[in-house]
Amino acid sequence: MTIQVNLKVRKGDFDLHAEFQVPGTGVTAVFGRSGCGKSTLLRVIAGLEEPLQGGLVSVNGVTWCAQDHSVPVHQRRVGYVFQEPGLFPHLSVQGNLEFALKRRRPGEGAADLDEVVPLLGLEHLLLRRPATLSGGEKQRVAIGRALLSAPALLLMDEPLAALDARSKDEILPFIDRLCSAARMPVLYVSHSTDEVARLADQLIFMEQGRVLAHGPLAEVLARVDSPIARSDEAFSVLHCGIAELEGPCHLSILRTASGDSIYVPRLPLGEQRTLIRLRINARDVSLCSQRPVGSSILNILRARVTQVSDADGKGQQLVQLRLADSEEILLARISEYSCRQLEITEEMEIFCQIKAVALLS
Amino acid sequence: MLFENDITAFWITLQLALATVVVLLIVGTPLAWWLATTRFRFKALVEAAVALPLVLPPTVIGFYLLIAMGPDGPLGQLMTAVGLEPLAFTFTGLVIGSVFYSLPFVVQPLQSTFSSMGKGPLEVAATLGASPVDRFFSVVLPLSRSGYLTAAVLGFAHTLGEFGVVLMIGGNIPGQTQVLSIAIYDHVESLEYANAHWLAGTLLVFSFLLLLLVYGLNKRFDVVKV
Repeated sequence: MTIQVNLKVRKGDFDLHAEFQVPGTGVTAVFGRSGCGKSTLLRVIAGLEEPLQGGLVSVNGVTWCAQDHSVPVHQRRVGYVFQEPGLFPHLSVQGNLEFALKRRRPGEGAADLDEVVPLLGLEHLLLRRPATLSGGEKQRVAIGRALLSAPALLLMDEPLAALDARSKDEILPFIDRLCSAARMPVLYVSHSTDEVARLADQLIFMEQGRVLAHGPLAEVLARVDSPIARSDEAFSVLHCGIAELEGPCHLSILRTASGDSIYVPRLPLGEQRTLIRLRINARDVSLCSQRPVGSSILNILRARVTQVSDADGKGQQLVQLRLADSEEILLARISEYSCRQLEITEEMEIFCQIKAVALLS
Repeated sequence: MLFENDITAFWITLQLALATVVVLLIVGTPLAWWLATTRFRFKALVEAAVALPLVLPPTVIGFYLLIAMGPDGPLGQLMTAVGLEPLAFTFTGLVIGSVFYSLPFVVQPLQSTFSSMGKGPLEVAATLGASPVDRFFSVVLPLSRSGYLTAAVLGFAHTLGEFGVVLMIGGNIPGQTQVLSIAIYDHVESLEYANAHWLAGTLLVFSFLLLLLVYGLNKRFDVVKV
């Protein structure tokens, strides 16, 4: 169960050479700046553009494109959500959904209208014309339509990019639900760290038409040489269980894999999830050589320094830490001056003070 | 007052325009599609050739067609070779002439409607599993509705008013190849102004109503139904 891609594309003086292999389940985010070739990569995978001779695209054992043949787009069983929703204006919402339904090949466990319509909250939109929908509603219909075509691979090309902040907030929970319920792998192109942190299981970094790194989210994020890590948006993702839902003073208590407690604003009662994903920005982590006493900061974790590197050449250092008794990795961005003062070196035992955590999914 | 001949001429004109439009929609669709999508370097050559009838005197088109359809012309020889009657002075010949004459009026609206649609809707349809033929009928046709309407009506109305081409290749055989515009000319030649008035007035009103229909419908189609 893997997605294997190895292809080259030349467009004018832009060169794309993408080679990677990721698990054929869950959400793989393709992250990079605009113009790095993310969208072209998706278009070639879908068959909308042809790679140079010898490209390979194979999805869970089915070869879509190889040395000697290329399957036409309409036979690839690909779901594609474009930046622009691209609803057919001559059909109602229901007509758009049925367009996909009518043309799909019978597949096992493929999603049906009864399932997709409530998943994306489309009940009251079915009879409307696309022109009367808001941006967020259109994109939800487009996602539903792609799901109903029973794809073997769902491609999402910055589905939130064309939306305003409010529509984004409205639609992200739907995508979140969809990704955790999806029975097919998802390739999700994005240049937003928020979306990556929230949705991705695997991460592919792209820069100027090349794949810099790919692998499990936490692992790739932890690399100090990745473009995210080197930016001031550097962050890590922690997975925690719930220890106490109704903690003191409107807090909930989470438990890391190493058994440390993390206090977060109280989760809604009736929280169903057992695993909570947290985003911790590197600039919100400060380091102490001894366990701080009398600090107002609630979340203090023990860790060991695994790597120290220069973040930006302007006096900021990126410290990679492994939480005590676990495999979880945290990044801290501190000043070079503090780094010298504390004499931070690899293998050193240290305490991390976390000023803020963001609850994701 | 209309003579029986005039009514026949009216009838022949309608049939001619209808046949021409049907042929043009069938031939014009792939041509317009090709023009809208090709990256062929010499596309401008083809576009200029398609637009020629807009500027050429119809007699020039008619003259060349007459030569082509004559016994020594390529079309004429082809017809003889397959054992058919020559085309000059027949209704079929008229249809062929009108197809050339009205070509730009059908191809240009179709081409512009196809270009303005872009490839987005087609790509979406392809990823949803629609084959190329399916895409044409389920996406291109419905989205080009107003373009087809414009093309059909312009082609029809333009053929209605045809004179020069018909005169050159159709002769003026009442009941066979005599069309309205030529019947009017005949009446005027014979100083039968009353008859000419009837025919000319009918054609004027008919053409106006037809165009009114296009613009009226086009306006309505642009309004999104809720």
